[in-house]
Order: sequence, then structure tokens, then C-alpha cells
Amino acid sequence: MEIAVISGKGGTGKSSISAAFATLSDKVILADCDVDAANLYILFNPTHEEEQIYIGGQKAIIDYSKCYNCGLCVSYCRFDAISFVNSKVTISEVSCDGCKLCSRICPANAISMVNSDKSLMYTGTFRNGKMVYGRLAPGEENSGKLVNMVRDKAKTIAEAENIETIIIDGPPGIGCPVISTITGVEHVVIVTEPSMSGLNDLQRTIEICSKFNLTTWVIINKSDLNPEISNKIQEFCLSHNINFLCRLPFDPEVVKAMINKKTIPEYMPDYEINKLLKNALNIIMNYGR
Amino acid sequence: MKIAIASGKGGTGKTLVSTNLFYSISKQNIKNCFLVDCDAEEPNDMIFFKGKVEKTFDVNQKVPVINESKCTYCGKCHEFCNYNAIFILPSAKIIKVIEDLCHGCGACSVACKFDAISEKEVSLGTISRFYFNKSSTIVEAKMKIGVMSPVPVIKAAVKETGNEGIIILDSPPGTSCPFIQTVATADYVILVTEPTPFGLSDLKQSVDTLKTMNKPCGVIINRSGLGGNEIYDYLNQCNIPILMEIPFDKEIASHYSKGELFVKYKKEWEQHFISMFNSIVEKYGNSSN
Repeated sequence: MEIAVISGKGGTGKSSISAAFATLSDKVILADCDVDAANLYILFNPTHEEEQIYIGGQKAIIDYSKCYNCGLCVSYCRFDAISFVNSKVTISEVSCDGCKLCSRICPANAISMVNSDKSLMYTGTFRNGKMVYGRLAPGEENSGKLVNMVRDKAKTIAEAENIETIIIDGPPGIGCPVISTITGVEHVVIVTEPSMSGLNDLQRTIEICSKFNLTTWVIINKSDLNPEISNKIQEFCLSHNINFLCRLPFDPEVVKAMINKKTIPEYMPDYEINKLLKNALNIIMNYGR
Repeated sequence: MKIAIASGKGGTGKTLVSTNLFYSISKQNIKNCFLVDCDAEEPNDMIFFKGKVEKTFDVNQKVPVINESKCTYCGKCHEFCNYNAIFILPSAKIIKVIEDLCHGCGACSVACKFDAISEKEVSLGTISRFYFNKSSTIVEAKMKIGVMSPVPVIKAAVKETGNEGIIILDSPPGTSCPFIQTVATADYVILVTEPTPFGLSDLKQSVDTLKTMNKPCGVIINRSGLGGNEIYDYLNQCNIPILMEIPFDKEIASHYSKGELFVKYKKEWEQHFISMFNSIVEKYGNSSN
């Protein structure tokens, strides 16, 4: 069973909560799919067992010994990536989308495509099982594809090692890496916070989840920072038939746990927040059984 | 001059800084002052302002439509598509466009020798332009839910400013394409972080990315006091200036949660933002307008 933890808005506590869920499970595969900002390895310090190169996309480059500056590529490019800079045809690496059309139509055969291969995926063992995480190279695109690769690897290991639960720590937002994270999972836990921004982002995140066949759950983290908005969020969930899981209190000890490289259950086992998380995970695991 | 407000980790306070900075400087009678909400997946800046919509328009992308009466199932379009967005089974005379995968590059239309491909427009999102005061404007990029990439919408929003005056860009989180697209045009980048291990790890990723792009940057430490000292050592080592520290303060968090600008209640901060802005403009403002 795959459980994905996402949030819409960043910084609501997604990673701390997925780390807690991982610690609270007996044996688990943890997939860090927040490939722009993979952080769980900091808490779990996994062994380094396998490393795989991830090819993100392609970029066009011009061989100026062949280019005669005709500018045909400029007129074909729909991403405004090719222009005359100081009257010389120039490709902007940032804007290039990797569609290869310029390379195909160039009459001088002067444009070739290079693979972006600086991103990596790692696999290792940590104290509660196996962990897979991606590290997107700076400025890399197509992170959804890397998310798919991380999830595929997690599933393969789960099967080989006969481990049932996969916890996925997802990225913020609602774009391609998020869509790749939630496609085909059984449960999505949305972690939100009681602010107008949190509520706004939650609504958009619920809408993207509703396009998939999965069970959506909501946790309000740091709920006591604004109980009024927490009530609003809970009401919103109720009226939209979203399973409301729990409210977690704001506790500065959670930050201390992170600084000590420990998860919530490890650092503060007797705190209220840990009991609430344990109960929440139980509810999800037993749902529909 | 364009100043981007960014962070690797989500939820560190990008929007808090962007909105309060914009509000502080918008009272300074600067000609053409813009705030652009580039977090098109989850735009939140307008929660903090009341503004009249001046105009709003759709950002569209072209998607191929195949005329099956002209199609010979030769497969050339499938071969030209670098995104696997055309599925073809010639033996069964099946051809389908997978619109979610299409980037609208137009390569398939170029490939087709039988005039069987035309194009239609699909909406990726909207740009809204709000009047704030006689010299200040807010532009919001909002991606349609279910769309894969916010990049085209971000591009259109930045373009809407006309690239003149002082432009504050509130960037999406992460270091992949949406972030790159936002900071690519900036003259200076303010990275907002928090003094936690996760914050530091993501900050390093952002700094490395900006280095490859040759962008000068400075750091705002948000929720200072609620974390450790590692971040100060790192910034010191890398010679990256600390532009401002915003302490963890329940009052600031409470204003933010309600959708209020904290500089309106803690007046001394308005001056802090203006001083920071002036020193950035003094040092980096000459490279463009």
C-alpha cells in the first residue's frame, strides 16, 4: 500500500510527518519524492547501496563551425529560446524545452541535443527499512519523471523484500511532480496549516486529488496557531466529504527533534503529538478493512 | 530592476517577505512598481491585498488535432514528438494525442506531410492584473488545476510587467524549472530560509543553482531563534550576506495566518524592508533599469 504525504503549500510539516509515519511502521519503504528538496536522508542517514543516473530531458546546442546563421530555427522555436544575440543565433538554455524541432529542421545540421544527466537516485537502508530518494541537479527540469523513477524503485524493493507499506514524501504545489506522486496511490494525506494561504492551497490540492481514484485525508498541523481558521478548514473538509484525520498542536520541540536528527516518535514518544500521529496512521492502515 | 524572492524549501516565508516588501516600497512613490506572484501552482499574494482587477486573460498552449481522414498512419509525427505525446498503432489504424504530455512545440505539424495535423488552443491558466495604487500594480499567475507545468503562465506574468521599473517576483519553491524560469530574468535574488537542518540543506541547493546561473543573492533568515547555528556558519563560509533576520514571533505568524501584512502593525519593519531594498538597488540596480 502506498501512502503519499503532500501539502500544496510548502513548509507545513510534510516531511516531519512522513518521517514520523515511517518510524511508527514496523518495516517500511520510504520514498522521498520531494526531489527538488529531498530532506529525509538528513534524519535517517541511510546507507549508500545503489546509485542510478536519471536523464531528465534534453537541451539543444549549436555547433558554430556548421551554423551559417540563417535563423530558421529562430522562427520555428515556440519557447522563445532561440534569438539573435549580437546578430548571432543563440539558444537560451533556460528557455529551451528540449523539443528537438530546431535540430530536426536545421539545414546545416548544426544543432544537436545533449542529455541532462546530472541528477541521481539513491537507494539505501535506514533504521526502519529501505529508503529511495532522488536528488535533482540544480536547475534540472521534468522532476515528475524522477518521481516516477523513485516510486518504481520503491515498488520493486517492496516486492522483493515483501514489505507492504510504502510511505511517500511528496513535493509542494500541484504541478507535474505532485501529479506523478499521487497517480495510482491508495491514500493521500494532505498536511495543511491554519492560515488563509494554507486554506487557499488546500482547496486547490483537494481539487487535484479529486481527479484521481484515491482516499484523501487532511491533517492540520500547528492548528492552535489560529484555531478559528482550523475550524474553517475542518468545516470545509466536512462539507466536501474529505476524511479529516486530526489537528496537531504547534510544539517548538518538533524543531528540536529535527535539529537533533530525530523523528517525532523517537525524540518525543510521550508527547500528545506522537499519540495523535500514531492514531492517525492506524486509522489510515485500517481504513476499509 | 527585478528582485526575485525564492527558497528551496517551501513555507519558509517567501510570500511573507514579498508582500511586506512590496507594501513597504509601494508607498515610496517609485514609478512602475510591480509585485508578480509567480507561484502559479499555489498563488497567495492576493490574500494580503485588496486590489481592483484591471484586466485578466488566459494563457494558452497549442495542441495538435489529427484529421484521421487525411492521416496515413506513417508515424512521422510520433517520431518527431520528443515528449511521447502521440500514441500510434499503424496496424490497427489507431492514432491518439495525449494532451497532458504535449508541450505545444509544433514538431508534429512540421513532421506531417499529409496536412493531417491542425492545432487547437487549450488554456493553461490565467494572468490577472490588479491596480494597487497609482504607481503600483500586482500581477498574479494562476495555473489551471490539472495542468502539468506552470512555466508558460509564469513567463506570461513576468512579460505583463513590461520589464520596466521595480519588479518583485515571488518565486515558486524548489530549484527546478518553475524556479529557474522565475529567477532567470532577475537582477538579484533574495533567498528566504529558516535555521533548521531542512532549511539549510535546501538553501545550499538554491545557492548552488544560482551560482551556475551567475545570479547574485542574499539571505533572509525567517523564524530565527527557532533553530540552530549551522546556517550562520555556512553563510559566513560562502560569503553570502544576511539581509535581514525575522524572529519567530507568534504575533507575526498570527497576522500572516489571517492574511494581514505585519508591517502595518509593527511599523519599524517597514523601515527595515525599505533599508534592505535601498541597499540592494544601490549595489545591483544599475545592471538594467
